[in-house]
Amino acid sequence: MEFVLLIFLPIVVALFVPLLFRKLKAIHTGWFVLLVPIALFIYYTGFITTTMDGGHALSELQWIPSLGISFVSYIDGLSLLFTLLITGIGALVVLYSIFYLDKNREKLNNFYVYLLIFMSAMLGVVQSDNVISLYLFWELTSISSFLLIGYWNTRDGSRFGALKSMMITVFGGLMMLGGFILLGIMGDTFSIRELIANAPTFIGHEFFTLALVLVLLGAFTKSAQFPFHIWLPDAMEAPTPVSAYLHSATMVKAGLYLVARFTPIFAVSEVWIWLVTGIGLLTLFWGSIFAVKQTDLKAILAFSTVSQLGLIMSLLGAGALAYHSDDPIFKFATFAAIFHLINHATFKGSLFMIAGIVDHETGTRDIRKLGGLMSIMPVSFTVAFIGSMSMAGLPPFNGFLSKEMFLQSMLAIRHFELFNFATWGIVFPVIAWIASVFTFVYSFYFVFKTFAGQRKSEPLPHKPHEAPIGMLVSPVILAALVVGIFFIPNLIGKWFVKPAVMAVQPGLYSHPSEVAVHVMAWHGFDAPELWMTVSLVGVGIVLFLTMARWQKLYDIQPEYLSLNALYDSAMLFSEGGMNRISRFYMTGLIRTYLMYMFAFIASITAATLFIKEAFVVDMESFAPVNLYGVLTAIVLVIAVCMVLLAKTRLSAIIALGGVGYSVALFFVIFKAPDLALTQLVIETISVALFLLAFKHLPSLSNHGQTKRNKLGNLIIAAGVGITVTLVALSAHSQKLIPSISQYYKDTVATEAGGGNIVNVILVDYRGFDTLFEIAVLSIAGIAVLAMIRLKLSRKGENTDENK
Amino acid sequence: MEFVMAIVIGILFMAAVYLILSRSLLKIILGTGLLSHGVHLLVLTMGGLSGASPPVLAEGVTDYADPLPQALILTAIVISFGVTAFILVLAYRTYAEHQTDDMNLMKGNDEHD
Repeated sequence: MEFVLLIFLPIVVALFVPLLFRKLKAIHTGWFVLLVPIALFIYYTGFITTTMDGGHALSELQWIPSLGISFVSYIDGLSLLFTLLITGIGALVVLYSIFYLDKNREKLNNFYVYLLIFMSAMLGVVQSDNVISLYLFWELTSISSFLLIGYWNTRDGSRFGALKSMMITVFGGLMMLGGFILLGIMGDTFSIRELIANAPTFIGHEFFTLALVLVLLGAFTKSAQFPFHIWLPDAMEAPTPVSAYLHSATMVKAGLYLVARFTPIFAVSEVWIWLVTGIGLLTLFWGSIFAVKQTDLKAILAFSTVSQLGLIMSLLGAGALAYHSDDPIFKFATFAAIFHLINHATFKGSLFMIAGIVDHETGTRDIRKLGGLMSIMPVSFTVAFIGSMSMAGLPPFNGFLSKEMFLQSMLAIRHFELFNFATWGIVFPVIAWIASVFTFVYSFYFVFKTFAGQRKSEPLPHKPHEAPIGMLVSPVILAALVVGIFFIPNLIGKWFVKPAVMAVQPGLYSHPSEVAVHVMAWHGFDAPELWMTVSLVGVGIVLFLTMARWQKLYDIQPEYLSLNALYDSAMLFSEGGMNRISRFYMTGLIRTYLMYMFAFIASITAATLFIKEAFVVDMESFAPVNLYGVLTAIVLVIAVCMVLLAKTRLSAIIALGGVGYSVALFFVIFKAPDLALTQLVIETISVALFLLAFKHLPSLSNHGQTKRNKLGNLIIAAGVGITVTLVALSAHSQKLIPSISQYYKDTVATEAGGGNIVNVILVDYRGFDTLFEIAVLSIAGIAVLAMIRLKLSRKGENTDENK
Repeated sequence: MEFVMAIVIGILFMAAVYLILSRSLLKIILGTGLLSHGVHLLVLTMGGLSGASPPVLAEGVTDYADPLPQALILTAIVISFGVTAFILVLAYRTYAEHQTDDMNLMKGNDEHD
């Protein structure tokens, strides 16, 4: 079967969602939707056996074959892992949303359509083997995320958050497209597999580093890495199922997927390792510190997500070192990254769902108003406890295992010998340790400030009670996984992580079982990471207990120095700046625009003339000076000056007529009888027309034009006039090919049977010109008539008045 | 002769541009009139002015003026006449509606900014 079509299954189902919502009002629409991720999850589990052996499955659908663009579903260890996360957590989130969203009050049709589009897009991102279709799905995730964040579109916060995430992720997406195109140019293919196969030839290519940075920009914006993480906390305005699904478990991991997928291409570069590891660690550090500042449950989780994504990112960067060193510890880092990616999806999904339950059952998410819910909501508390302890990295939860591996990798990085790591490497474990301490603090802060302690005296908006059972199913399943994975890490490793590691580092292994990593909860007393954990737990507990005293330190940072303020002012400045610029040059005055045009025409033409050294005057080619011609020229110039200097309308019109008749005289002198005739007649009619309109037109006036204006006009006018003269002289002096006219002269009698060559050209050789010239004249006539007769009044006033 | 004509054409263009840049609607129309004269003479001059006799077949004549630029100018004259007539009426209507011919006052409506 062509399983590439399954990517589109959610979108196809989305078409029917509005129908189901309208016609079957009694049943919550989510129940129908739930079938989709469950079916997909079950289907995709069938691929586990394939990828466990290091194999892959491929299915292709041609889209634009001539450009090498197709939909390819390429399932290897990495994409299967992501696919199962997307469909599995998708199913749990849909189940949760059935109880979270009220079927009578919410626009469920919109919600599930957006969610299903997102699901398709995400499946497309992780399965695509073609970078162009990958980009297509990538942007579709941005758009559906935008729609989902703005789901409650009557709230200002939702709209602001949606716009902000759109701006940042689409910016990154476009940069990524640039990187993909450069890769396509370097590798002469859009297929990721072929790009990876061609990768060794890219090194040293002039586009290599640029493509690397552009692809990373895409990954960093999507995965909320510093300094692009600012959209994620604002995206918390979305309904909680969306936050749990998109902004913790799936979409924000698309950037990680991208980094993992392109590691075989870029890992040879020092820039890649420094950027991925460095930015990842910085994000980890920044996110963990600022999570403690937050007072909104979802905001704490948002910063925690940012921080954990940074952790995985830095591990992916460290894993790239495996291409430079035989030390098995760096292969270990990739394993740790993938393993923590799974763990994070489980515990963060459950924590978001708990935050939603607390919000749903108490009416607030403000941690300052909450407290002492432990006895009222025991199940929620248990789940929140398991999730938080896993996030803090304590046994017996899966977060502990990945934290240990993380510390181990960071400790190992300082022994790496290339790229100045020996000098700076010590920074890595130190930052990792500090970030872990703060992770510990905010995990405790999240769970104990909400559930432990005394109830606050201020009553909560709702009377708190335990959530309905349906709402608890999904978080309980996820919490069970959190504990379960701790006890069977090597089974998870064998089924999911090792095939994924092989996909990330394809050149290093031929079979997943060669990834020699055995996850152990206990390393013995000699292991330094054990002592790091012990010390961070100690410091963390002290910090947590004294939190009330030092949390005020966060107020030292003024609001206007934050990254959000920077983003806001950049937006305001670009809007205001663009406004000012366009107001500056778009004056609304026709004179200004004409001055731009004339000045540019004259200067560009004159500059070209001199740069190309095209200005040549060849006196030889000129006809001898004709006395009558010179006299007519003098008359014409005098008439032109009279037009310019005329004080009244009448003298101006007469002078213009004088110019016209002089032109007719020129036509006589230069042997153009038909032109002279026409010019005389037309000039007469024109003057008559001017005189007719004369009565209705205002008197000639300068409208108080200043001397400066006039001088500007004169300079531009002189520029245009001189340019035209120079162009005319040099064009005439450098004829490149003889005139075609000899043909007309030779054949006019024999072919066309006429004697007047001009007339024969007009009606015979080039009759089409004449046809449309007639059309122009007719249209002008009709338009003149319409202008005079038609009097439509403005703004719906009485239209019959003037008839 | 072409040298003289080039200068005459330059003067026509200069005067036309100067008038078109003014604030008065009527002057702009006068300017377009001068501009079209300038263009017509330019086309004629570029075709060469050395022809000894008009492009009408006659016994014993071989040195005709170039007929093609003449045909092109003839077309251009008619079209520019049509356009001049139209903008003249347009100016009339504009003046009738707005009671001004000051281009600076015809900036469009500020409400539509």
